[in-house]
Amino acid sequence: MITLSHYIVLGTILFCISVAGIFINRKNVIVLLMSIELMLLAVNTNFVAFSRFLGNVDGQVFVFFILTVAAAESAIGLAILVTLFRNRATINVGEIDSMKG
Amino acid sequence: MSFELILFYLFSFVLLIAALGVITVKNSVHAALLLVLTFFTAAALWLLLQAEFLAVALVLVYVGAVMVLFLFVVMMLDIKVEPLREGFVRYLPVGAVVALVMLVEMLGLIGLKAMSAQALPPDPAGASNTAWLGNALFTQFLLPFEVAAVILTVALVAAVVLTLRRRTGVKSQNPARQVAVKASERIRIVKMESVSKGGTP
Repeated sequence: MITLSHYIVLGTILFCISVAGIFINRKNVIVLLMSIELMLLAVNTNFVAFSRFLGNVDGQVFVFFILTVAAAESAIGLAILVTLFRNRATINVGEIDSMKG
Repeated sequence: MSFELILFYLFSFVLLIAALGVITVKNSVHAALLLVLTFFTAAALWLLLQAEFLAVALVLVYVGAVMVLFLFVVMMLDIKVEPLREGFVRYLPVGAVVALVMLVEMLGLIGLKAMSAQALPPDPAGASNTAWLGNALFTQFLLPFEVAAVILTVALVAAVVLTLRRRTGVKSQNPARQVAVKASERIRIVKMESVSKGGTP
C-alpha cells in the first residue's frame, strides 16, 4: 500500500540529489539549469501527492502553474545561454566574471 | 506487497538512478537524455496518484518541448567539456555532505510518525481528473490562469528578443525598402537649355 510518506521521502531524496548536482556541477550552466528542473520536479511530486492524499485540488492547480513558470524560466535561461555563448564563446561560470561579482 | 507498491518502488528506483546520472555524467547530451527519462518516470509516478492530466502535461511540456530545447541548445553550442569538469572532484565531497545533511534533516522533519500507514483515500476527482482540475482552474483560479498565459507570452517575446541579432556590414537586400522606393529617389531630372548644333536651321 502506497502511503503519503513514500512520496514525500521520494521527493526529499530527489531534491537532495539536485542540490548535490548544483554543488558538483558549478562550472556548467546547462547542468545547473537541469538541476533546477529536477528540484522543481521534486517539489511538484510533493504537491501532487499532498493534493491526492488530502483530497484537495489546489495542489494540482499549483503544479500546473509551476510547470508554466518553469517552462518560461528554462526558455529564457537557454536564450540567455545562447547569447552568452555568442558573446563570450564559453559557458564556464568561472570565466563569466565581467561584473566582478 | 501490492502491485502498486511494486510499481512505485520500480519507478522510484529508475527515477533516482536517472537523476543521479543527470548530475554525474560527463556529456551534456547524455545528461539531457537522462533528464528525459527522469521526467517520464515522474509522469508514471504521478499516474499512480491518479493525476492523469498533470502526468500527460509533464510529458508534453517537458519531454516534448523543454527537453528538446535543452538538447537543441546543447548540440548547437560547441562546448568543450574538460574545463567545465575541473571542479567536479573537488566539490564532490562538499556536495555529497550538504545533500546528505539536508536529507537527514528533512527525513527527521517528516518524522517517524508520518511513516504510520495512511491509506490512499478514494479518488476525490471521481471519474475524470481533468474535469476536476479544469473546474477549479476555470472558476476559482481564472485570474492566475490568465496571468500564466501572459507570463508565457512575455517569456516567448523575451526569448526572441534575447537571441535576435542584427549583423552590421552584411550586403543583404531589404525587400520592404525595395518595394517602397519612389521614382523621385532614383531619378534626378535636370533641366537643361537645348543647344542647337551647327548653324541656324
